[in-house]
Amino acid sequence: MTDTSLPAARETIRRVREDPYRLGHRPHGPREPIEGTGQGVTGPASKRVIVGYGFWIFLLSDIVMFSCFFAAFAVQRGATAGGPGIRDLVEMPRVALETAALLLSSYTCGLSFAATNARNLLWTQVFLLVTGLLGLAFVGMELQEFISLASRGITPQRSGFVTSFFGLVGLHGLHVTIAGLWLLTMMAQVQVKGFRPEIVHRLICFNLFWHALDIVWIGIFTIVYLMGAIA
Amino acid sequence: MFGKLSWSAIPFNQPIPLITSIVVMLILAGVLGLITAKKWWPYLWHEWITSVDHKRIGIMYCILGVVMLIRGFADAIMMRTQQAVAVGGAQGYLEPEHYNQIFSAHGTIMIFFGAMPLVIGFMNFLTPLQLGVRDVAFPTLNSVSFWLTASGALLVNISLFIGEFARTGWLPYPPLSEATYSPGVGVDYYLWAVQISGIGTLMTGINFVTTVLKMRCPGMSLLRMPMFCWTTLSSSLLIVAVFPILTATLAMLSLDRVFGWHYFTNDAGGNPMMFMNLIWAWGHPEVYILVLPSFGIFSEIFSTFSGKPLFGYRSMVAATLFICVVSMMVWLHHFFTMGAGPAVNTFFGIASSVIAVGTGVKIYNWIFTMYGGRVRFTVPMLWSLGFIFTFIIGGLTGVLLAVPPADFLVHNSMFLVAHFHNVIVGGVVFAVFAGLDFWFPKAFGFRLHEGWGKASFWFAFFGFWITFTPLYILGLEGMTRRLQHVNIDEWRGMLDLSVVGIVVLILGVIAQVIMLVVSIRDREKLRDISGDPWDGRSLEWATPSPPPFFNFAVMPNVEGEEAYWGIKLRAVETQQLAPEPQYEAIEMPLHSPVGFYTAVFASVTGFALIWQIWWLAGLGLVGAFAGFVVFAWRDVHEFHVPVEKLAEAERKRRAAREALLERIAREGAVA
Repeated sequence: MTDTSLPAARETIRRVREDPYRLGHRPHGPREPIEGTGQGVTGPASKRVIVGYGFWIFLLSDIVMFSCFFAAFAVQRGATAGGPGIRDLVEMPRVALETAALLLSSYTCGLSFAATNARNLLWTQVFLLVTGLLGLAFVGMELQEFISLASRGITPQRSGFVTSFFGLVGLHGLHVTIAGLWLLTMMAQVQVKGFRPEIVHRLICFNLFWHALDIVWIGIFTIVYLMGAIA
Repeated sequence: MFGKLSWSAIPFNQPIPLITSIVVMLILAGVLGLITAKKWWPYLWHEWITSVDHKRIGIMYCILGVVMLIRGFADAIMMRTQQAVAVGGAQGYLEPEHYNQIFSAHGTIMIFFGAMPLVIGFMNFLTPLQLGVRDVAFPTLNSVSFWLTASGALLVNISLFIGEFARTGWLPYPPLSEATYSPGVGVDYYLWAVQISGIGTLMTGINFVTTVLKMRCPGMSLLRMPMFCWTTLSSSLLIVAVFPILTATLAMLSLDRVFGWHYFTNDAGGNPMMFMNLIWAWGHPEVYILVLPSFGIFSEIFSTFSGKPLFGYRSMVAATLFICVVSMMVWLHHFFTMGAGPAVNTFFGIASSVIAVGTGVKIYNWIFTMYGGRVRFTVPMLWSLGFIFTFIIGGLTGVLLAVPPADFLVHNSMFLVAHFHNVIVGGVVFAVFAGLDFWFPKAFGFRLHEGWGKASFWFAFFGFWITFTPLYILGLEGMTRRLQHVNIDEWRGMLDLSVVGIVVLILGVIAQVIMLVVSIRDREKLRDISGDPWDGRSLEWATPSPPPFFNFAVMPNVEGEEAYWGIKLRAVETQQLAPEPQYEAIEMPLHSPVGFYTAVFASVTGFALIWQIWWLAGLGLVGAFAGFVVFAWRDVHEFHVPVEKLAEAERKRRAAREALLERIAREGAVA
C-alpha cells in the first residue's frame, strides 16, 4: 500500500505522526531497512524518533528515582517509632476518588492526542483543559489528605514510616504539579503557534509523561494504599 | 531576610582559607580584567558560552575538569604533608575541623568536578565525530548539562570563602551528616553542589544514549562503531540507571536536614544503613561510569599506535557490556562490615571478583593488540602502558578487598585509600592525560611538545608509585584513613616517603604546564596540516584539525569496521581520493544562552537553599520557569549552512588530504 492510496484523512494522520516505522501500514515479511529509524544502515533517525526516544530514556530514569522512594517506603513501613501505622493513614474513599480523577485524566490526555493527530485545535485544547482540571482535582485532594493528616499530628517529623509515606506520595504529587505547569505552557504554545512539528513533538513527550505518572500512581495506590488498607 | 547567612560566615580568623580565597579572587579578577581589556567578551559569549557545538562544550568540560583537578591536587598536597608532620607529639598545621573539610573537598572535587567533567568532555568532543554525524541528539540540552556542572563546581568553591564545606567525607554518611551532628552549612554545600551537577550529568547520559543509538552516519551499524563509542554508550546507560538514585538519596538527606524528616536519622525509625545502600547503589556504578570511557580512550590509542585493528573487538564489546551490567550488582562490598551475614557477603564478594574477568579480557586484548604491531612509543602510548601496569596492581588489590574476610582486616584503612587511587589515578587520570595528548591536535590544530609530555608522564608515573606504595604498607600495618593526627612514630618514615612522591607528582604537574606553554609558543612548528597526525583509524581523523563546526560537509558512508582506515587504504591503493561528493545545504542548531541562564538560576537557587534564604530560592525557581517558557517560545532553532560554504571547507580539506596522500606515496608507508 503506497502513501498516495491512503484516504486523505489517514494520509494526514500519517504525516502528523511522522512515524518512520509506519506501524500497521507496512507489509509483513522480510523488509528493507527503514529511512529515519536510526538503525545503522540508513543514517541518523528523524527528529521525531530522536525526541521520543530521548524522552523515553528520561522516563526510565525518572522511574528509577521513584523506585528509590518505593524502596525507602518498603524498608521503613514498619518503622513507626510507636506512632501511627499505615492503617491509621489510609482513607479509602478519598484515595478512590483521587485515583479515578487521575485515571480519567489519562483517558482525556489520550483523547487530546487523538485530536492532535487529526490536527483539531479546538478538541486538543478542550481535552488538554479537562486533563489539567482532573490533575488539579487530584493534587487538591492529595493536599487535603496531607492537611488532614497533619491536623491529627501525623507529620514526617513523627517517624521514619510517616517520612517515607510523605516522601513517596509527595514526590508523585510534585510531579503531577510540575506536569500541570507544563500542560499550561503546552496549551499556550498550541494556541499561539499551532501544530508545528516541534510543538507536536512536545505534545508527544507531555503525553508520555502524563501516562507515566499514572503508571507510577497505580504502583503507589497498590503498594501504599491497598496493601495498607488490608495490613 | 538572609536565612542563616551573616558576616560570621566569612572565615576572617582562619588564614589558610582566607588567603586562598583572596588569591583565587585576585586571579579571577585578573582574568576577567584581561578579557575586558582585550575586548574578548563578545567572542567568548558568541563562540563559547552560548555555544551548543559539542566540540566546544567538550573542550569547556575539559578545561573545567583540569582546573578542578589542580584544586583537588592542592587539597592532596595539604593532606599528605599534614599527616607527615603531625606524627607523635606534633599537631601539624591543620586544625581537625579544617583537615576534615579538606579530605571531604578533595574527594568531592576530584570525582564530581575533576574526573566526571573530563570524561564527559571526551564523550562530548569525540562521540559525534566518531559516529560521523554533526552533533549530539539534543545540542541545547547538552549546553545546559555543562553549565549545570559548572554551577555545581562554583558552589563548591564558594564554600571556601562563604561558610564551610562538609566534614563528612566525599559521601556524607548519616547520622554524622544529619543536622544534629553537622549543624553547619558544610553538608548543605555538598548536597546542593552535587545535586545540581548530578542533574546535569543525568541529562548528559540521556543525550548520549540517544545519540549513540539513534544518530549514526549511514553504514555505521553498532558493531562498526569505534570502541570509544561503545564505552560512551555503556557509561551513559549507567548514568541513566544510577544518577536518579543519587538525586533521590541526596533529596532524602536534604529533607532530613532541613525539615527534620526521618529517612536516615538514628532515632524515630530512621535508617542510616539505607543511606549506605542507596548511595553505593549509585557510587559503585559511578566508578565504572568514569573508567569505561577511559578504557575506550586506551583502546583507540593502543590500536592507533600499534598500527593494528583492536584485537578481539567483539570480545571487547562484550566485556564492556558485561562490566556495565555487573557493576550494578556489587555495591555492598563497600560495607561488608555492615553484618549482612555470610550469604549476602559471599554473593557480593563473588560478584565483585567476577568483574575482574571482564577487565582481564580487556587487558589481554590491549596486550595482543600490541603483539606483532609496529608500536610507536609516543606520549599517549606511554600513558597507556603505564596504565596497564598500574591498573593491574590496582585491580589485584581490588580482588583482594572483594574477599569479605580480608576486607574486614583492611576496611577503611590506608590500604583501601591506596587501592582506589591506584585504579582511579591509574585508570582514569592516566587515560585523561593520554587522551588530552592524543586528541589535542584535533581540537586545536597543533600537537603538544613531545619531550615535556614524556617528562610529565615519567614524573607522574614514579610520583604516583612513590606516593601510594607506602600507603599500601601503612594500611596493612593498621593505619586507618582520614587521620588528622598520627600517633605511632614508626609510621613516620613511610609518611615522609609518601611526601617525596607528592613532590615528584608536583614536578609532573609543572612539566604539564611547561608542555602546554612551550607547545603554544611553538604552535606553528607543531601545526597539524593533514588532520591526521597520528595515522588514525576512526572518523574524527577524516576531518581537518580543528574540525569545522558542522564536522562533515557530507556525511560519510561507512563500509566496514575502522571507517576512516578503510577510506585511507582505498585512497593509498588507488592513489586518489574518492570523487568529490554532491553537496547539500544543511541546518545546524542555533547557539543559545539558555544553558548559561539555567546555570545562573541554578547557582542562585542552590546558594539560597544552602543558606535557607527561601524568598531567593523561590525567585530562582520562578526565573528558571520563565527561562523555560522563553526558550519554548523561540521560533527559529536552526540556521542554514549554504552549499558554497560546505564546498569551500570540503575542498580545503581535500587539498590537505591530497598532500597527505603524496607524502605517503613519497615516504612509502602509511605511518
